[in-house]
Amino acid sequence: MDIELRHIHKHFGPVHANNDISLSFRGGRIVGILGENGAGKSTLMKILSGFQPMDGGEIYINGARVDYTGPQAAIRCGVGMLQQDPLDVAAFTVLENFIYGQAGGLALKRREGRARLEQICSRFGFSLDAETPIAQLSIGQRQQLEIVRLLSQGVKTLILDEPTTGISAEQKTILFNALRDLAARDGMSILLVSHKLEDVIALCDEVAVLRGGRLVGTRDMPATTSELVAMMFGQELPPQTRQPLNLEGAETALVLENLTLRGKRVTVENLSLRVRAGEIVGLAGLDGSGQEMLLRACVGLIKPAHGRVMIGGENLTGAPYRAFLARGVAFGAAGRLEEGLVAGLSLTEHIALAHETGALVDWPRARRHTEEQLRHYNVRGRPESRVETLSGGNQQRLLMALMPPRPLLMALEQPTRGLDVDSSRWIWQQLLARRANGTAILFSSAELDELVAYSDRILVFYAGRVFEIPDASRASIDELGRLIGGHFDGASEA
Amino acid sequence: MNEELIRTLNSIVANATPLVIASIGETVTERAGVVNLSLDGSIILSAMVGFVAALASGSPVVGVLAAMLVGGLMALIVAFGGITLRQDQVAVGFVLTLLAANLAQFLGQNYTRIPGPQILNTPLPVVEQIPVIGPVFFRQSIFVYISYVLVFGLWYWLFRTRPGLAHRAVGERPATAFARGTRVNVLRYVYTGVGGALVGLAGAAYSLNVKAGWSTPPSMAGDGWIALAIVIFGGWHPFRVVLGAYLFAGLRVLANVIQRTPDVSIPVVLLNGVPWALMIITLLLVSSGAIERLVRVLPRPAQKWTRNFLRSDPPAALGTRFEPE
Repeated sequence: MDIELRHIHKHFGPVHANNDISLSFRGGRIVGILGENGAGKSTLMKILSGFQPMDGGEIYINGARVDYTGPQAAIRCGVGMLQQDPLDVAAFTVLENFIYGQAGGLALKRREGRARLEQICSRFGFSLDAETPIAQLSIGQRQQLEIVRLLSQGVKTLILDEPTTGISAEQKTILFNALRDLAARDGMSILLVSHKLEDVIALCDEVAVLRGGRLVGTRDMPATTSELVAMMFGQELPPQTRQPLNLEGAETALVLENLTLRGKRVTVENLSLRVRAGEIVGLAGLDGSGQEMLLRACVGLIKPAHGRVMIGGENLTGAPYRAFLARGVAFGAAGRLEEGLVAGLSLTEHIALAHETGALVDWPRARRHTEEQLRHYNVRGRPESRVETLSGGNQQRLLMALMPPRPLLMALEQPTRGLDVDSSRWIWQQLLARRANGTAILFSSAELDELVAYSDRILVFYAGRVFEIPDASRASIDELGRLIGGHFDGASEA
Repeated sequence: MNEELIRTLNSIVANATPLVIASIGETVTERAGVVNLSLDGSIILSAMVGFVAALASGSPVVGVLAAMLVGGLMALIVAFGGITLRQDQVAVGFVLTLLAANLAQFLGQNYTRIPGPQILNTPLPVVEQIPVIGPVFFRQSIFVYISYVLVFGLWYWLFRTRPGLAHRAVGERPATAFARGTRVNVLRYVYTGVGGALVGLAGAAYSLNVKAGWSTPPSMAGDGWIALAIVIFGGWHPFRVVLGAYLFAGLRVLANVIQRTPDVSIPVVLLNGVPWALMIITLLLVSSGAIERLVRVLPRPAQKWTRNFLRSDPPAALGTRFEPE
């Protein structure tokens, strides 16, 4: 089946997620859709599979223009998408999930459904028991079920969104064999959305690369990792000037000893780390590779399964968040409005919450204090404004104002996420000033240049495994990109 | 078998029937992910309307239809508030229940304690002759027979038909339902309305049969809340829901029997309170980890069965809104 996308546009508020993208896919080929977080690849695939309407553009299938009204309509046109978190119903059994959505009369026709399910499963070596509840399946098995269901519905173009996140190596082999077989024998088009360059190199015949909502280009495989990275991240940025750091004799702010963290999808095992006062450690990796868990474990929001967390020489393993705060730890969550601030409260109320310690609030003083802080942190907003009316940059500045002035350790999730260049730079000025006072900083970021520019050391997370770049000033974006994609030959595992 | 015991069991089934119908109706609604908290007021208002309509028209059938219409409309207000106006379903339902209960007493004030049409018991031929079962289950009113059909019908619908899959999916994970081509909010409206009509039918079962007539304060006040609790107790499964309704009605009838027994002296107030206390304890048990601890003590073969029977996971998307992207 041949698909042609012409001049696809999609906006989310001010963000131009897909900007004039034209692409075509031929049957029988496996195409990798590459790009950083936020490059627009998932959006484009959701448009192609009917999950999101487009703002402008046209889709042609086998030369005829199609206009979907939803995912089911796209499936009828032969285009089906496997979501990263498979869209099934946890309370259903495998068979019920398989049957639901397929055409048929009133009766379930379980026997027919089961026969069909088993027939498709046996072709690809999938092991799915018809009567098992979905809640008991692994992600890999749920993916297999979705693929089987989409095939049974007559899909001729299969889109997979990050299918190798959270599945075992064995399941990955089974999946890749199935995809190759579908392309070669059935002439299906397979579109693979992935960050993982090793997967793309192993599987794809062709890649299309997106950056900042635009199509950078397409090329036939094979290509080397560095060629792909160059396409994904553009040219390397000019080297940043940084203060030489003297950590000789600096105190230890944070020690992690043989830390094991178990998450839903990834497990970080046996990680040891020592961060000294004044050190900045960047955490790199795709979303959900374990870096968020590590940050939260450092502030007591996640209890480690094994190992110890020491703050300023004191063992706080298993202690509550409050105990970490009392020891001088500050945490900045990525979801500013969801976790960091209280939507509905004014700026003065936020400052009062953070700094007024008595039982009664001295409002005139809190207001004076707020005005001072807003001036000092350059927040554009009035003390009585509600926090959700501020722009993202101003919210982040307010968060800085709410943090203690001289913490021992700051753990920050994507501190500049969604901010423009000026706001980001301002945030980093503030962070560097605190670091000069001896604050240790641990931060995660999806921006490779930010990681390289500000970190002293970088930890790269890939599916729960951790690799250390001991001297970030000598790291290149290219090297970092390869590590994030899972290519770590020669790197040292932390 | 003891004549007296059979009469008691017969009366338990009769008394439980409005609860069965109302909680099956609420199960229909909640399985689609909507909480209709207006149950108590809905039952009272539809009982009043059902009685008055039957009285005015002289036909109990008209009364039943009017009651179902009222219940359905009340539920559609919850759906409109929760789905279209994007308000909190619990808040809308709660306010509505208070409004409806008071409205019923106001509008029905001229109809209290007057005789009106009733739906009498109609024994089912042949099956009523079965020993024990016949006299207990099949010498009853049409409402009871309808309740049997509803329980088995809903079970069959939910677990044995294709539209039933969509019904459950809408309540469990609407994003999936949308992806499979189900019109989530349309179905939610439909099932909320259908569930509400059944709640109205329960109201008619009270005022035309079980507690025939209309009085102030309404004799069925409070039963709507019980029906809501029974849905939770029943784990949103028709068979367990009906079991819960029979258990509850059984305790009530038992309280009455003990009250009439001269040798036993238990205060009336205490007896009347027992079913409610038992309901609270049961709800605490099924929604806490206590069940799991209990299950582990049991012999291994009994564990799986007990766990499945006692599990009480609500529909995962219950009370949430869904907006397709």
